[in-house]
Amino acid sequence: MLSLAHVHVYHGPIHALRGVDLSVEMGEIVTLIGANGAGKSTLLMSICGAPRAGRGRVLWDGEDITDLPSFEIIRRGIAQVPEGRRIFSRMSVLENLLVGATPLEDGQREEDLQRVFALFPTLKDRQHQRGGTLSGGEQQMLAIGRALMGRPRLLLLDEPSLGLAPRLVQRIFEIIEAINREQNVTVFLVEQNAYHALRLAHRGYVMANGRIVLAGESKALLANREVRAAYLEGGV
Amino acid sequence: MSFSHRPINPADLFKDAALAALMALILALPLIGFRSVAEGGQLALTTRFDWVGIGVAGVFLGRLVLVYASSFWPPSGANFALAEAVREGMSRYVMALAGMGLLLALLLPFLPFSSRYVIDVATGLLIYIMLGWGLNIVVGLAGLLDLGYVAFYAMGAYSYALLALQFDLSFWICLPLAGLFAGLLGIVLGFPVLRLRGDYLAIVTLGFGEIIRIILLNWYEITGGPDGLSGIPRPSFFGLPFKPTTGEHEISAFHQAFGLEFSGLHRVIFLYYLILCLALITNFFTLRLRKLPLGRAWEALREDEIASRSLGINPRNTKLTAFGIGATFGGLAGAFFATRQGFISPESFTFVESATILAIVVLGGMGSQIGVVVAAALLILLPEFGRELEEFRMLVFGAAMVLIMAWRPRGLLANREPTLRLHRRDRRGGEPR
Repeated sequence: MLSLAHVHVYHGPIHALRGVDLSVEMGEIVTLIGANGAGKSTLLMSICGAPRAGRGRVLWDGEDITDLPSFEIIRRGIAQVPEGRRIFSRMSVLENLLVGATPLEDGQREEDLQRVFALFPTLKDRQHQRGGTLSGGEQQMLAIGRALMGRPRLLLLDEPSLGLAPRLVQRIFEIIEAINREQNVTVFLVEQNAYHALRLAHRGYVMANGRIVLAGESKALLANREVRAAYLEGGV
Repeated sequence: MSFSHRPINPADLFKDAALAALMALILALPLIGFRSVAEGGQLALTTRFDWVGIGVAGVFLGRLVLVYASSFWPPSGANFALAEAVREGMSRYVMALAGMGLLLALLLPFLPFSSRYVIDVATGLLIYIMLGWGLNIVVGLAGLLDLGYVAFYAMGAYSYALLALQFDLSFWICLPLAGLFAGLLGIVLGFPVLRLRGDYLAIVTLGFGEIIRIILLNWYEITGGPDGLSGIPRPSFFGLPFKPTTGEHEISAFHQAFGLEFSGLHRVIFLYYLILCLALITNFFTLRLRKLPLGRAWEALREDEIASRSLGINPRNTKLTAFGIGATFGGLAGAFFATRQGFISPESFTFVESATILAIVVLGGMGSQIGVVVAAALLILLPEFGRELEEFRMLVFGAAMVLIMAWRPRGLLANREPTLRLHRRDRRGGEPR
């Protein structure tokens, strides 16, 4: 469904991604874990063309989307929840959600809205509140709901657990699982919270210094001695 | 809620007041202390140190009282519920005020106190309101800081003047064409600045504004250079001119068609209603757009460009439409300006105009339509009412601006109202907010 082949990304003189190969199949939850600065966010963003891959190819449904502008890529059914949520703080919750429907030209907005409200009942209660007045967890829900308004087939999530209380992290991860199972949305998840991410995902990739260093079934990665030593022990 | 009195050290109090008095002295000495008077063909300098003394003493005492009194005020932001309630009440109050303002605007020429002077000032004010609403699309909604808006105003004025003078086209054909040309200029100028943001965008648009003015100044064959263009045709009432004709049988002028005595005031009133219409069209267009995906995309882009991109908004087209639509309204206002004045020259399109229009938008609270009206009224009418203050006019004006920005740093009406609500609010139950 989505595949990256030998993708290199440069931030000026910095070689951020050094030849990444990766694939996500339909219906999966795939996670990418790794330390700070390994290039996880860069990889996720380069799928949507910002920053663009300097070398290598990004394929989506067999189509080469490497050089397409971001809005064209998103119109093809990929949605992104950027790091740090980035909700529109002066606009109301409802307006935030409606901006999310941008990629749809016809748009069954009402239906999509009800679908998102069913998933996040708090958003329905707070639909007229300004986005900036929501709590961190609610803002994360809004960011996810906003991305779902575009009816994506693939959802890219960048650190949804960032800055949230453990109980809320648990809740967000349950919702991600529900989105994947009940709405048939494929999920590609970048996380620092390796334990939770691997428990949720079917498969995982481990990244270090701009390269994929390990890949496999989540269960296998959870049991892997190196992964445990680097990302799990003491961290849970 | 309890007001706690924070005691103030008297020594600090006096030091603070003395500092304010010193500042007043430094400012007042050159501004008020010296005065040049014409004395038989030459200028003589007289001093007014007594005035300075009074002023400084006033500042000292005023500051003393202000600081002392402020120790009794509650700390700001103490009560959110109260602030919320005030905001709610304000929004209803503002709506009522807007309705009354509209009614006043519609009836103005027929009110007992209205004279040619009043209508002229109101027409001038409405031009700025329309320009403010036009620029509000670019700056307030799309968040693109444009310091060269006057370029589109000039483009509209010159388009109208040249089309009317060279091709003898009527006002009603020239008006949309002038808007169209200004809109196209907006898109053309928009292209190179798409990647710029904030300060850099401001600098480049400032440059564009100057380029347009300098072209107008130097392209003598077409624009008349510093001489400007004169004899621009006045608008007609849908083909009926405002002229003192006295044809017996055929109807050839406005006053004949309506069986009125000829009066120069008819045209002034007609121009007033024309700009009122144009301004209201600008307003309704903007209000409507805000509820459409395009308007939301503008605001989203203003709030967070990266998030907007990640949601599939095309930043290029979104910014260009903001530039284009904003410029179109600027051009329409320019065309009106040209037909009202009958004469235009580059003098009317200097940077000060851009700055005034931007000040209206910022002072009104970015993105607020009613805020623009209030700010335009302040900025245009305050100097007008202040004519009696003579040389202190601009001093008072500047002081008013400083006070407003100190009192409401985010603009007069900074609260952004949501553009839509799904369900009617329940008036009995408390809506959760």
